[in-house]
Amino acid sequence: MGFEVHRQGDITVLDVEGQLIVGNRQELKQKVLEELNDGERKFLIDFDRTGYIDSSGLGVLVSLSKKIREQGGELRLANLNEDLRTLFELTKLDTLFQISSSRDEALASF
Amino acid sequence: MQSRHVLELPNDLGAIERSVEYLLERCRDAGFDEDRLRFNLRVGVAEALANAMLYGNARDPRKRVRLEAWCGADLVRIRVTDEGSGFDPGSLPDPTLPQNRTRSYGRGVFLIRQLMDRVEFNEQGNSVEMLLLAEPEESRREYSS
Repeated sequence: MGFEVHRQGDITVLDVEGQLIVGNRQELKQKVLEELNDGERKFLIDFDRTGYIDSSGLGVLVSLSKKIREQGGELRLANLNEDLRTLFELTKLDTLFQISSSRDEALASF
Repeated sequence: MQSRHVLELPNDLGAIERSVEYLLERCRDAGFDEDRLRFNLRVGVAEALANAMLYGNARDPRKRVRLEAWCGADLVRIRVTDEGSGFDPGSLPDPTLPQNRTRSYGRGVFLIRQLMDRVEFNEQGNSVEMLLLAEPEESRREYSS
């Protein structure tokens, strides 16, 4: 369980492995904020290897989205499995985020 | 085969995932539907435990959370109780309203209510009992006392 940060051109890509939950959400937040403070503005969080996001994890995504937007940046999400998509739909967060079905589609959307 | 399980947990967020996995395995042994275990039960139990530790027990490491579960092939009943003073579950705002969607908190109880078939809080508000049916009810009933 963890987070990997890659650079794809001017886009910062974060892979979430395992889960994004109350126990590790701060780690993701810190990684994104560090990149934001370093001047990065385009972020993609890829959930291809993510099994579960809890409400705290959803909350961190909302918080990061606001902070990135305040700095003039953009946040995209990709590869939500069926369960995760259901969570976003139930909470109506699918209306708040731009969600792509693949990494390539998300990268091309910036 | 029905089974009953009682776990007395430390107020430690790291205990949530271990407890959820343990409970899923016991309910799997009881023959409960895999899809509803993997998603509905996981979300319901994980959110209830996180609420108990973060808000009910206010992160106090001296306090504990009690997790009780009855696992059967047709239904699973879960009770999560903390040592806090409780809260009014009726006072929670709807996180899906446009003005609340950008809040970074307030979705835990909402998800429990959405994904479990019945949800009942005790009068004090420090204990929640949740019922998950193998066959979801057509019209979900929610009540709080």
